[in-house]
Amino acid sequence: MQWANAIVQGVILGGLYALLAAGLSLMFGVMRLVNLAHGALAIVAAYMGMVLVNKTGIPPFATLLIVVPVMALVGWVLQRTLLNTALNRQALAPILVTFGLAVILQNLMLELFTADNQSIDVGSLAGASIQITPDIAVGVFPLITFVVGVFVIAALQLYLAKTTTGRAMRATSDDREAAQLMGIDHRHIYALATAIAVGLVGLAGVFLGVRTQFNPTFGDVTLIFAFEAVIIGGLGSLWGTLWGGIILGVAQVVGAQAFPSSGVLLGHIVFLLVLAFRPTGLFPKVVNG
Amino acid sequence: MTMSSVGSIVSSVKVRRSTTASNIALAVSIVVVIALAIGPFAFLTKGNQQNLVTLFIYIIMGTMWNLLAGYAGMVSIGQQAFIGVGAYGVVYAADQIGIGPVAAIPAALVIAGVIGYLVSFLAFRLSGGYFAIGTWVIAEVIKLVTTQIQTLGAGSGISLTAFSGYKPALRIATVYWMGLASVVIAVAVTYLLMRSRLGTGFTALRDDPTAAATLGVNVTRGKRIIWVVAAMGCGLAGALLAENTLRVQPDSVFSVQLTATMLFIVVIGGIGTIEGPILGALVYFALEHFLIDLGAWYLVILGIVAILMVLFLPQGLWGLISGRGRISLFPTGYRLMTNPATPPAVATQDNAV
Repeated sequence: MQWANAIVQGVILGGLYALLAAGLSLMFGVMRLVNLAHGALAIVAAYMGMVLVNKTGIPPFATLLIVVPVMALVGWVLQRTLLNTALNRQALAPILVTFGLAVILQNLMLELFTADNQSIDVGSLAGASIQITPDIAVGVFPLITFVVGVFVIAALQLYLAKTTTGRAMRATSDDREAAQLMGIDHRHIYALATAIAVGLVGLAGVFLGVRTQFNPTFGDVTLIFAFEAVIIGGLGSLWGTLWGGIILGVAQVVGAQAFPSSGVLLGHIVFLLVLAFRPTGLFPKVVNG
Repeated sequence: MTMSSVGSIVSSVKVRRSTTASNIALAVSIVVVIALAIGPFAFLTKGNQQNLVTLFIYIIMGTMWNLLAGYAGMVSIGQQAFIGVGAYGVVYAADQIGIGPVAAIPAALVIAGVIGYLVSFLAFRLSGGYFAIGTWVIAEVIKLVTTQIQTLGAGSGISLTAFSGYKPALRIATVYWMGLASVVIAVAVTYLLMRSRLGTGFTALRDDPTAAATLGVNVTRGKRIIWVVAAMGCGLAGALLAENTLRVQPDSVFSVQLTATMLFIVVIGGIGTIEGPILGALVYFALEHFLIDLGAWYLVILGIVAILMVLFLPQGLWGLISGRGRISLFPTGYRLMTNPATPPAVATQDNAV
């Protein structure tokens, strides 16, 4: 039964990975931009949540009302200033600029908060769990994270499929020039997409900060796990990203059950196996789906 | 225009690969290298030599990263993999196989090359930004596997003991000479590679992918060769790092910070030229010495400078000095020189084949 428990815990962890990966997936989908500062931005949000809880005493969930809009604004400004400029420069510019941004953010956080591990205190919720079978107990907070992850992926999918702006994003993604001829300002669409993506990173970062201890260098693994979820699931597919997150979560937790202290490594190995044998991902985008 | 007049123009045009500036640069380089080589006997203290090895490592790292990003368009965030492999490789070869600290350096280079070749088949499944993170994952896997191996000291690292019979002065000078030789070889190999058919093919690809493909430039094969050379070069840098500090720790030799250093060196110095990373390494080395007290702020400032340079000065400091490539100390392209009687006007920009 400990294996069944590991699988359940892994699936639930996957919800957090999907939540972290959603923004990365969206930005790549809309403007083919891989944001290497994605993980660092998640940790910025985690610190923001922590400072709000510690200084003002507001409940952790209430911090989302501040962190998410602020991060969305950060994303909008980032796209309007730095990233739109980078996209107009040579092909390597966006990668170099976002990596530079990650280095800046990480070291700023080191100066402000030191390298000590921190976490966001949610009081009694941290230890609360639901007993499903005698051997399987699910933490309430991780379960909430999972539900939020699934909800975010579904909402994003609906937004892209049904709304006018969502359609404009897909149109810009498919053919920027043609979309421009239809009167779509791609710079505005890009800024909107990055605002949503970084807002979601803010949401994910606060959940991450509650769930695990973090420090400024945590942005690196956060980016890597989010990226692995995107690639395992298949580029361009949001539901694929959810499945990718779940597969990565299960691989890590079951792997740690089998080989303690090697969970992360086994997650990487599953990712490399997918890359070797199914480079388009396990759930590639269905054409015109 | 008649056929004969076309013929007379063609006969008055010469294709040259070297320039006056490049001939002077070659002469100056030889003098500098000879001066540096006799340095330990004359004017370099042990501390100077160790610092210069650090500079040599930076030049090699920058040159290799530039080879990947500047010439082949591959941005790797995982080059620390090969620094680590080179560092562990040199300790393994020198101490555990027992071939001594000097022969261990080429051995480490070969190990890095083999691992680089093998992982290229995974990394090359990705492109652009995802290639960048993919290489990072590969570096993490190599680090995590290394920390599982007990004979390599597992998570706590390992010390290099092969120098235990050496007097400190001889040990430091040996590493220094190996470092100097390594820099010369790394820059020379990069230069020759970029002057070769492969290099001109990549330059063509960078300038006009469609035209290059039409001319039959084999992209994947060329990229793999460059990837393996860069892996070997970074392995060399890692081997020197281990011999200079005598200690290898997984968290430092596999740190992504090493790749960030390469990126800063190349972006500041100038991407896509031989001179750029050398200049960038000198600037980075100097900045590090003067700004060491700033702690993490130093990297914040470097990050800001790097972003501004990518956006507003994409050819880096060398681009500024050379007047956007008009002066080339290490010319890799072909230059059309018109009638020798007229001043040597450059008909094509360097690198533009």
